[in-house]
Amino acid sequence: MTKTAPALDIDAILDDENTRIIVCCGSGGVGKTTTAAALGLRAAERGRSVVVLTVDPAKRLAQAMGLTELDNIPRLVKGVRSPDGAKSGHDGSQASTGSRGGSPDGSRGELHAMMLDMKRTFDEIIEAHADPERARQILTNPFYQSLSSSFSGTQEYMAMEKLGQLRRSGDWDLIIVDTPPSRSALDFLDAPERLGRFLDGRLIRILMAPAKAGGRSAFKLLNAGFGIVAGALTKVLGAQVLKDLQMFVSALDAVFGGFRQRAEQTYKLLQAPGTAFVIVATPERDAIREASYFVERLAEERMPLAGLVINRMHRSPAAALSAARSTAAAEDLESRGEHDLAAAVLRLHAGRMQLAAREQREQEHFTSAHPTVPIAHVPAMAEDVHDLDGLREIGELLAS
Amino acid sequence: MSSRDTDWDGVRLHVVTGKGGTGKTTVAAALALALAAGGRKVLLVEIEGRQGIAQIFDLPPLPYEERKIAVAPGGGDVYALAIDPEAAMLDYLEMFYGLKRMGKALTRMGVVDFATTIAPGLRDVLVTGKTSEAVRRRDGSGRRVYDAVVMDAPPTGRITRFLNVTQEVAGLARVGPVKNHADLVRGVVASPETAVHFVSLLEEMPVQETLDGIAELHEAGLPVGGIFINMVRPVDLPKDVLDAAVKNRLDHAELALGLKAAGLAGGSDDATAIAQALAQEVVDHAHRTRLEKRERATLAKAGTPRYELPLLADGADLAGLYELAEAIRAQGAA
Repeated sequence: MTKTAPALDIDAILDDENTRIIVCCGSGGVGKTTTAAALGLRAAERGRSVVVLTVDPAKRLAQAMGLTELDNIPRLVKGVRSPDGAKSGHDGSQASTGSRGGSPDGSRGELHAMMLDMKRTFDEIIEAHADPERARQILTNPFYQSLSSSFSGTQEYMAMEKLGQLRRSGDWDLIIVDTPPSRSALDFLDAPERLGRFLDGRLIRILMAPAKAGGRSAFKLLNAGFGIVAGALTKVLGAQVLKDLQMFVSALDAVFGGFRQRAEQTYKLLQAPGTAFVIVATPERDAIREASYFVERLAEERMPLAGLVINRMHRSPAAALSAARSTAAAEDLESRGEHDLAAAVLRLHAGRMQLAAREQREQEHFTSAHPTVPIAHVPAMAEDVHDLDGLREIGELLAS
Repeated sequence: MSSRDTDWDGVRLHVVTGKGGTGKTTVAAALALALAAGGRKVLLVEIEGRQGIAQIFDLPPLPYEERKIAVAPGGGDVYALAIDPEAAMLDYLEMFYGLKRMGKALTRMGVVDFATTIAPGLRDVLVTGKTSEAVRRRDGSGRRVYDAVVMDAPPTGRITRFLNVTQEVAGLARVGPVKNHADLVRGVVASPETAVHFVSLLEEMPVQETLDGIAELHEAGLPVGGIFINMVRPVDLPKDVLDAAVKNRLDHAELALGLKAAGLAGGSDDATAIAQALAQEVVDHAHRTRLEKRERATLAKAGTPRYELPLLADGADLAGLYELAEAIRAQGAA
């Protein structure tokens, strides 16, 4: 009756020098960032040179890794043990880069961690692709300013861009990225394409037309159909918005090619054999459903799935005693009015066994649909992670 | 319509937010059921295209259309609407500009796609705008169509930005139709007819995010509602047992005797082994209970009404929703 999934061998993935990127994805609140950090620490302590890119870490977790600033710079995490048990990380060491050479052969690993600053990342792309005058025009445009700080896909897009940058830098032999808490967990895959669709769209050509016509008043040279659309746009958006947008689009025109090209490169990087996707879930219906969806989507995109991590599983040290027997025994004791303590403890145990059974069923649903996807479990813990020891413990549980 | 004395009398738009994994959609659905109880009409709105409402009520995916999905206890109807930003945009064009036929042309041109995905804040204005319209809508005789609207809103980390529509479109439009529309929406969202409720668990991270979210809302001048503490486990054990467990002073011998009396253990070795395993469970439970107590006290600092919803043994199925709705009513949240 019980369907068993293959076990996810975390250490094999972390130790494999060919693994260069690990992407942790899953729905919100399942412990993605914690999983990413725990994997990073474990890989570093097994000798690899690792950077963990987090998008929006909880305060506590950021503190656990010694991150205090959202500044786009990888910071060395102190207190990482080398494979022989000694601690590395020197006092006062700041952003150190270029730490090559870590490998699972027993040499000293390192862990860096960074938080994504999406606006800064976007600004840097503009600066890299446009001449200074054009870059200035773009960066000061009000439309760009709100696009770069609040467009719902910008964070996803910039996370992927940053991943591409880290990979190209060659400074780390393993990059672990935690995906943004998206509306849909898949937004980070769709954002580049969505942006591309916009940039290639007819709307852009409408907006570009006046600029190409030498800056004469908007839309005069357009044909009737375009004219109507432009009229509608003015009516709905307002003339000022349209003007800002036109300026923005014409200034951005120069950097479009570079934009698309990079998006495509990153996409290919995610499909490459050195990439491993780890889906993170909790044993709840919604999270498991999202995980299933993810498995299917990654297959469609031909992106390499390593396996599923299920966080916060409830287990009982007295699993041999079933919920039904436990409840019956409690009722028996209660009706006799004896052994109050045992009766109460048996009730507690029955509740825990029921919860464990429900979680087991959720996992079985997943496994019947995706029998080949390896799974690793992390038991529920009373407290959140506060420090490296906590992350280390999770890493051990992941690998066990 | 029955009049009840609840904590949120006069509130017509209930916005439900919460950290991912706290059961925000489930609580929104249960709140809609609770508000509809006794013959009212409530609209439950979903905005993130996840079809979470359909899944909870065990229905096929919802279209962009208000349709009845459930009957509340004691009569009363829950309607649901899955807002699709593109459809909302076309609605908006038709309603305010009579541009219905233009919609198709705009869609083809990529304008609608642009407006709903790229233009900063516009998507949120469209979604909150559609919801506000449902809140304000009156029928032919001038009566409100819905007694209340419940919105399954974005997660806590994004809620203030999402609702602070005027601010959001400020970069896009300082004047003009978009700005006017945003101001109209803001009028509804920031009014005393709106309450933004938070769903939390008794765990550190959701509790911290709830407090942060409440502080942000206050700062933005948006109306803070109640805190729904979800998935609360019953405290099965008396206080003295919990205290003993935390100090590792549980009476294993007494426990083993009880197990034997209940016929659960063969010999005394067996009884001791099971007692030990169960005692470990009690210790875990005691630690967790202590942590929960601390988190409960932290949430109390927010100074807003709190409601506790039980952990559903079988997960959030339809029967569970009615159970939660009952708990919501019993505590005066609806």
